Amino acid sequence: MQQSRLKRVLILLAGWCVALLLFFPILWMVLTSFKTEIAAISTPPLLFFRPTLSAYAAVQAQSNYLHFALNSIVISVGGTVVALLLSIPAAYAMAFHPTRRTRGTLLWMLSTKMLPPVGVLVPIYLLFKTSGLLDTRIGLLGIYALMNLPITVWMLFTFFREMPHDILEAGRMDGAGTWGEVWHLLLPLTMPGVASTGLLSLILCWNEAFWSLNVTSVNAAPLTAFIASFSSPEGLFFAKLSAASTMAVAPILVFGWFSQRQLVRGLTFGAVK
Amino acid sequence: MSTVGATVPMADMTASQPAAERRARRRMLPLVAPAVGVLLVWMIVPLVLTLWFSVQRYNLLNPALHGFAGIENYQYLVTDPDFWASLVNTLVLVGAVLVVTVGGGTLLAVLFDQPFAGKGIARVLAISPFFVMPTVSALVWKNLMLHPIYGIAGFLWRLVGLSPVDWFATFPLASVIAIVSWEWLPFALLILLTAVQSLDHSQIEAARLDGASFVQQFRYIMLPHLSRAISVVIMIETIFLLTVFAEIFVTTSGGPGNATTNLAFLIYARALLQFDVGGASAGGMVAIVLANIVAFFLVRSIGRRMDI
Repeated sequence: MQQSRLKRVLILLAGWCVALLLFFPILWMVLTSFKTEIAAISTPPLLFFRPTLSAYAAVQAQSNYLHFALNSIVISVGGTVVALLLSIPAAYAMAFHPTRRTRGTLLWMLSTKMLPPVGVLVPIYLLFKTSGLLDTRIGLLGIYALMNLPITVWMLFTFFREMPHDILEAGRMDGAGTWGEVWHLLLPLTMPGVASTGLLSLILCWNEAFWSLNVTSVNAAPLTAFIASFSSPEGLFFAKLSAASTMAVAPILVFGWFSQRQLVRGLTFGAVK
Repeated sequence: MSTVGATVPMADMTASQPAAERRARRRMLPLVAPAVGVLLVWMIVPLVLTLWFSVQRYNLLNPALHGFAGIENYQYLVTDPDFWASLVNTLVLVGAVLVVTVGGGTLLAVLFDQPFAGKGIARVLAISPFFVMPTVSALVWKNLMLHPIYGIAGFLWRLVGLSPVDWFATFPLASVIAIVSWEWLPFALLILLTAVQSLDHSQIEAARLDGASFVQQFRYIMLPHLSRAISVVIMIETIFLLTVFAEIFVTTSGGPGNATTNLAFLIYARALLQFDVGGASAGGMVAIVLANIVAFFLVRSIGRRMDI
């Protein structure tokens, strides 16, 4: 009994230590964002201080943060919507009317995800350059939609597969066409799955930092590129840097917390549920 | 989880009625075709172009230089010490991060499977780094954590009486590995924890009653149960880790020297800093081949478990 209580306390301590250690850089970033620039670089580091919003105000005033945030929103949401529009019909067809080729098609889709972006950077960059897509929202949006398409198809497929076929069968008896079947029966019934698929796609778009750094500069640059511009040596303003980072990370972090369970399925292509 | 789907005899349907299947396929084609079509274009066009450029003399700064190069770009690549350094850096980065994240992730998954007060919140905190965009985590680590003067690490170092270290100058690759591990450890934890929780805990209970030690329970029950999830984590992480870019771009720009230049950064530098399209494409082909070796195993192991 004595030993098991000791064990419980040790587990409690270990669990919380690990959690706080992993979270500490994020916590410190948020704390620093509420400091003045002087307080932010004080040694020893200040744990207690009078919080101020001056860094946020400065970020807002100096750089048009909103421009980059808007780019991030438009590109992430747009890319996700396009990916969902393409993948819902495909996942429906493969889940409810599988043919001998379905399995091969799914695995092939998975394999396109394995093509490293850096391997095709050069041609995409040049194609974008010649077609005027460089540094445009629509260009990056297209890349993101295609980048996430295999994942959304797979995730939707695994969600749709779990739906009892009888329900859709009943709908078909009532004379619903394919679109009616998808729109009025399948989507409402699998809404949680569709939502978490969209959420995962949003998170992946929001945080993507290879294409955004390479095919955008100013006009279409999302927050990942905006934040990267703080890495220049003269940008040693810890409070401002933290404020901008906090604003860039906060929305997606909250999304991630709410959808952690379903993410596993999408991130492992349904191999771990 | 998949039992609901499995009760429907889909295999029967496809095997016994070829005519019906043909009809179904015709009807379903317009639904699948758009997704397959755009992916096909997205895959084939850049791939063919990369292959084509890699055998061309093509430099954006020197239009006079053009024509078929054959294997010249590849020859130049393999005789370039930077290329071999970048290949080694890539493999060291992938290997080190895999060891840290899979090893740590497995242990943490078992830890977070135990009941303790506030577990839900602790778990959410622990997996948070995965949702932070790479450029932010690189900046936060570079400045707030590892800055030699103002960073937390410097403070802790002075606290125990050591002189502060300029991490990115002294241990550049190790610093990058630390950042990337911090990002991916939560991923491994999240996936492996889900797998741990799907284990039938009465097995553990039975083993415990039979007198198995904790290490034995872990070794003979937990680890075999996790093997599938671990292999999936390893392969998915490898795919992403082979092309780590933003963390290097923000912190070290591949330096000092070529100490943190991985294949992804080398290709970026060749293409967009030196405008050597041919050379960069040859590097791109190497990256594609590397990723395909991993992908081969990943696709096979996922395919084997698909119950279609």
